[in-house]
Amino acid sequence: MSTLSREQHHRIHYFLRLTRMVEEKLGNLSAQGKVIGSLYRSLGQEGTAVGSAAALEPDKGDIAAPILRDLGAVLTMGGTPTEVFQQYMAKNGPTRGRELNIHFGAPERNFIGPVSMLGEMIPLMAGIALGFKMRKQPGVALCYIGDGGASTGPTHEGLNLAAVLDLPFILIIENNGYAYSTPTDRQSRLTRLADRALAYGIPGVTVDGNDVIAVYEATREAADRARRGEGPTLIESVTFRMKGHAQHDNQAYVPREVIEEWQAKDPITRHERYMLENGIADHEDIDRLFARISAELDAAVAEAESTPMPEGVTALLDVFENGVAERAPWLAPIS
Amino acid sequence: MTAEVTEQARQVTFLEAIREALREEMQRDEKVFLIGEDIGSYGGAFKVTEGLHAEFGADRVIDTPISEAAIVGAAAGAAMMGFKPVAEMQFIDFISCAFDQLTNVVSKWRYRMGFGVPIVVRGPCGGGVRGGPFHSGNPEAFFANSAGLKIVEPSTAYDAKGLLKAAIRDPDPVLFFEHKFLYRLPRLREALPDEDYVVPIGKAAVRREGTDLTIVTFGAMVYRALDAADRLAEAGISAEVVDLRTIVPLDVETVLASVRKTNRAIVLHEASRTGGYGGEISATITEKAFEWLDAPIIRVASLDTPVPYSPPLEDFYLPQVDDIVEAATKLSAY
Repeated sequence: MSTLSREQHHRIHYFLRLTRMVEEKLGNLSAQGKVIGSLYRSLGQEGTAVGSAAALEPDKGDIAAPILRDLGAVLTMGGTPTEVFQQYMAKNGPTRGRELNIHFGAPERNFIGPVSMLGEMIPLMAGIALGFKMRKQPGVALCYIGDGGASTGPTHEGLNLAAVLDLPFILIIENNGYAYSTPTDRQSRLTRLADRALAYGIPGVTVDGNDVIAVYEATREAADRARRGEGPTLIESVTFRMKGHAQHDNQAYVPREVIEEWQAKDPITRHERYMLENGIADHEDIDRLFARISAELDAAVAEAESTPMPEGVTALLDVFENGVAERAPWLAPIS
Repeated sequence: MTAEVTEQARQVTFLEAIREALREEMQRDEKVFLIGEDIGSYGGAFKVTEGLHAEFGADRVIDTPISEAAIVGAAAGAAMMGFKPVAEMQFIDFISCAFDQLTNVVSKWRYRMGFGVPIVVRGPCGGGVRGGPFHSGNPEAFFANSAGLKIVEPSTAYDAKGLLKAAIRDPDPVLFFEHKFLYRLPRLREALPDEDYVVPIGKAAVRREGTDLTIVTFGAMVYRALDAADRLAEAGISAEVVDLRTIVPLDVETVLASVRKTNRAIVLHEASRTGGYGGEISATITEKAFEWLDAPIIRVASLDTPVPYSPPLEDFYLPQVDDIVEAATKLSAY
């Protein structure tokens, strides 16, 4: 039995459903030709993203750095569906058209967007954690990486630095079975990626990533540890990527029986069952939640669709705080 | 004590000027901190940070593992938390190990996310000290093609201090290249003002006025250019020497003003010629002052080889005063 309150369960379930329904909506928008570029699904991984983010304490300053399959963390930390739709439609949204999908956020919003060079956010988030430590603030920096991204150099450098400096830092390795088409056993000889923690002299725990409560509790424990000044924790969250890398990828390289096996472990169905069986929610609650989110998303899509595209000339702005980039000198000046 | 002796006592080297800038900025703003390898009680490989660990403590002079990507990444994260980190690369050659952080994370951050990453990444660059292929580099051109990074390379003690202060106070990331040949060069000792000052980023300086041709350069090559200008003067050729001081953003106006006056230009730098920043300067002059030119622009730069170690090889590799004089003589006869 978990230590979560009824209210916390409802909050978590809201963000699980919201994540899945935002992605379903994005699927519809994509089919209508309204999404520019590809759609990256986190189907089946919502438990890891939502459970870990829900364990953070924004009032203490905690900051998360979600990666591509962590839409659930973006939404839980306060990113809005409208912003996500604006991003996917390349509108004049939170990044004013400079960036794609869930590449947005800011420290004061308690989440910051990723870069595509996997692992590079780990040293950066170690720097965020260093900031907390230097300011003597209770904040914790939570960074995500995949089983594939964990093979990169900066993953090692960042985690090692965080460990050596005893920083309030958590790294979650989302082991979802595949990095694009490459299975985890071609990324590492380890069967348990959390064993990497040993190399850094920090605790490493493996958690069932499709059990949102287990993810929440493992993250909360790591955050408490960090807040006590005991340094970083590595959490391996074992889950499964139920769709291809992106829309074009039909995932033919994944055996059908593996997909079926993981379908039965769906994190949202599982949490719903938990709530129903423990009297935390009834079927009416679930139905009401669906209706509520559907209405929210209809409004969000309408708002995103009515958002203008950025003006081309604004491409010149914001390389530096002061100054505007120069257009080619043989072109007419911009009025 | 006479006034003359006092004046003598305040003379500082290029390296000491850099240390003064760090110390004074750390005193001025508690958000400024240093991070790098062996910079703490050891004082850094070149002793630039000597004494700062004792004065400011281990929390503000942070020793790290050998992890340039982590040093720059952590600096970037701390900058997002309101700090003003100054990261040291033990030799600037190792900045390549943080290339991804600088060119993909740091340089693009403001443009992507709407807020800046005000870090300074500084370190010793340049050859002429028999450092071989991995301790002699001049990597400015690698970064000049990544919009969002400012690149500064001072040539005097006054500028080193004033530009480093400006870099630390800048709202955007600045790469600060310190030519190690200049660190303790007696010729560069000078008395610096007692009061706080900055040298603005983006402003070149005319180090020697001339009428026949312009040598556009920066860093230690400024002195090669000045020495060449002395020799050229003996031959009746009047060379103007423009010290860029800042590589990005380029002070186009100062360069063009000089070229409009002399109508001939040499672009001189210590990095290899092909793909070097000299090509960019040359193209800029051609685009904006073609009608003022009486001759092609000549690039004088190092060979398109790695930096070799043995003195005869390295001397052959680097642009020498003779090379500049030869190029200038041909140019003025064009």
